[in-house]
Amino acid sequence: MKTRDDLFDGPVNLSRRHFLASAAVGALVIGFGLPLGSSRVQAATAERGTQVPAFLEIRPDGSVRLLSPFMEGGQGTHTAMAQIVGEELDADPATFIVEAAPPGEAYVVMENGMRITGGSMSVRMSYPTMRRLGALARAMLLQAGAEQLNVPLAELSTQPGRVVHAASGRSLGYGELAGRALDMPVPDPATITLRDPSQFRWIGKPVRRVDAYDKSTGKAQYSIDLKVDGMLHAAVQHAPRLGMTVGSLRNQAQVEGMKGVHSVHQLPGAVAVVAERWWHAKRAVEAIQVDWQEAGPDAKVRVMPADFSSDGWRDVLAAQQGPARDDENEGDVAATLKGAKTSVEATYHNQYVNHAQLEPPSALARFNADGTLDIWLPNQAPDMFRADIAKRAGLDPAQVNLHSPLLGGFFGRHFLYDSASPYPQAIALAKAVGRPIKLIWSREEEFLRDVLRPVAVVKFRAALDEKGFPVAIEAVSATEGPTEAIAGKQGDKLDPTALEGLSGKSYAIPNKRIAQIYVKGPAMLGYWRSVGNSLNDFFYEAFLDELADKGGHDPYELRLHLLRDNPRLTTLLQAVGELSGGWKRGPFTAADGSRRARGVAMASPFGSHAAVIAEVSIEQGQVKVHDIWEAIDPGSIVNPAIVEAQVNGAVALGLSQTLLEEAVFIDGKPRARNYDLYPILPPSRMARVHVRIVESGEKMGGIGEPPLPAVAPAVANAVAQLTGQRIRSLPLSRHTFS
Amino acid sequence: MELRINQTTYQVDADADTPLLWVIRDDLGLTGTKYGCGLAQCGACSVLVDGNVVRSCVTPVAGVVGREITTIEAIEADAVGKHVVAAWVEHQVAQCGYCQSGQVMAATALLKHTPKPSAEQIDAAMVNLCRCGTYNAIHAAVNDLAKQENA
Repeated sequence: MKTRDDLFDGPVNLSRRHFLASAAVGALVIGFGLPLGSSRVQAATAERGTQVPAFLEIRPDGSVRLLSPFMEGGQGTHTAMAQIVGEELDADPATFIVEAAPPGEAYVVMENGMRITGGSMSVRMSYPTMRRLGALARAMLLQAGAEQLNVPLAELSTQPGRVVHAASGRSLGYGELAGRALDMPVPDPATITLRDPSQFRWIGKPVRRVDAYDKSTGKAQYSIDLKVDGMLHAAVQHAPRLGMTVGSLRNQAQVEGMKGVHSVHQLPGAVAVVAERWWHAKRAVEAIQVDWQEAGPDAKVRVMPADFSSDGWRDVLAAQQGPARDDENEGDVAATLKGAKTSVEATYHNQYVNHAQLEPPSALARFNADGTLDIWLPNQAPDMFRADIAKRAGLDPAQVNLHSPLLGGFFGRHFLYDSASPYPQAIALAKAVGRPIKLIWSREEEFLRDVLRPVAVVKFRAALDEKGFPVAIEAVSATEGPTEAIAGKQGDKLDPTALEGLSGKSYAIPNKRIAQIYVKGPAMLGYWRSVGNSLNDFFYEAFLDELADKGGHDPYELRLHLLRDNPRLTTLLQAVGELSGGWKRGPFTAADGSRRARGVAMASPFGSHAAVIAEVSIEQGQVKVHDIWEAIDPGSIVNPAIVEAQVNGAVALGLSQTLLEEAVFIDGKPRARNYDLYPILPPSRMARVHVRIVESGEKMGGIGEPPLPAVAPAVANAVAQLTGQRIRSLPLSRHTFS
Repeated sequence: MELRINQTTYQVDADADTPLLWVIRDDLGLTGTKYGCGLAQCGACSVLVDGNVVRSCVTPVAGVVGREITTIEAIEADAVGKHVVAAWVEHQVAQCGYCQSGQVMAATALLKHTPKPSAEQIDAAMVNLCRCGTYNAIHAAVNDLAKQENA
């Protein structure tokens, strides 16, 4: 069996892990049995999230090391896990050290039977399970305390971090009890009583993030920062278009002679240089003159054609006539449209966008003497990655030790995307040179191989009644969803991530039809924060404002009318109105003399609901967003401060895609290979953000993604009101304002 | 060549045109300074050179010989830097944290030169990119520092 030291004998600058490993000697260490396969873990009950030793280690000083099923990439999930487990364990979250758990069945804690960090699911899908985990651990510590103090269990209680015997005034710190607690059987979950929510000390409070200090002082370590003994660095140059293969290298000998170069390698669709320093590897690999060959008929990846352009593809989508398949079809849309006195038609589209997370992708691979592979890489789905890595390396999954460091931003970037991750290359290079390899993709290579958020062209038709209220709406989207792009078309099944945000709207419009014309495209697609909602709520909510105007209704009042039988969303819309000081559409003149207007929009993604009001003006031909007011109802929450931070982050990304972001392809190649030609929202274009959290008490929803989708339409609706120009496409930098 | 980094003298064997960033990260193992773009676009690689903020990804190492370089690892040894870190924690600025080393360096440089910056001076100095959207928290933290007597 592997020892802990074997497991963590990795990056030499993972000082915390080394400290932990040495501190653990002779101490009580619950959870030493990682990874899965240890008898201790297997002996535990099979019920999800009950294998306490797999998750928790309590050190002699009482600090708690928690292995989180979820990856931390800024969304605050490690802090949330510390709050949730700490609440029931009776340990202050500030005493927690949280790290990502390795792959393994023990950590599959989500109620949907998955373990991914995405879909804004971490907290909402694991909340009861992680609470119970903390409570089970507390019960084990109490049992250990009863034995050690030789008193009846019933006489014991806990204070944060201590088991207390009030009658005798004696107490023991968790750190002192951990050794004995380790030998306790995990209690039957049915015997566990959870804390009454009215007694919560940490859940629901603005608890400080467990990583704030490390991230403010450069101590936080990401995949790109790691180092192991004997490691070499690698850089790659990818084929200009996906699917092309390496023909010949015209100057291989010359590159091999460049300073610091260890070796030059050919990989599928790429060339690589291994060197003692990454800078040398990067310079050398960029100097290689490669004769790239067009993709053959047997290409295993989606081939990017030489004539592909993003604008041209939009025209292809716009020309699609069908067949379309319905996702929602209620009432009789066709008849209502036919008989309508007033009808409205409009066509909308969006743009490709990149993830552009600040940490470029990397992977560190080390084959060990015993044939196992240690690999460190950013990922949102460790079990899926391990299975893929095992396959590529020709190993059994049990021989792959996958480590998941902090993510330097992700936004959907680190799911399993064939051809869009460096780890297959790192594995191949480590095998080839017989030494550990850290491969970093330069920013330029990242922009070349990043997967794109899908584009859609949506044709709307709607009918208004004699009072100007919408009675029928139809949206037919020509698009390919990210899931069907990654996994392939699933027969006749619709990809829910293609239409979400067109589908699932709550407005009382009796006749509606939402349909997709599936159009497989040449670009590799992926998930981008808020996925389908990030585009579809823009289309729908902007078109709804068109209907309001056509029908002679104020858009805020129209939404209230259409939600009149939905108290939850009515409350939310009223909340954002109130937060903004009362709904006023404008245009009006602000205190600084500028002409401004406001727009409103709503979205209901990932189990939560959001309502946004935006205030805009035009400054030197550009849209200036002054304020965003956002009310969000996630049912219930764990950390209001992190919710507010996530709303800020989602607003920033929402503004970025609204104002200026766009991945443009010409001749099969991305125009931008860095932030110079792919601008992301700079600080100067950020809006003030005002947040109101509405806790309706309904089923818990997500937080990372839900605040984003309503931002774009709120801004577009404000701009339309201010300028009289309808905004039917993004980004706004493509439009001209005066 | 000889480099002065964080009050320590290092002997470094690097080509004159190697970016300072890669000497710091790979030769010296100081990985708190981040690689984001390599083009001086994002600011994740910001360090101080003689108290001025510099984007180390486009700074040839030969150009900083004989200068005093400060990286995030030594930020709390600087009186101003220590306040900046405290404000960053107090305002819970960081999300993913990847850009925050550079943000803290930029704020430190600003406040060393201009202890009480105006809103315009803050806007002009705090231009590093953050994909997580921590801009408002950064602004609040720097504003707070600008108001502190000892900043």
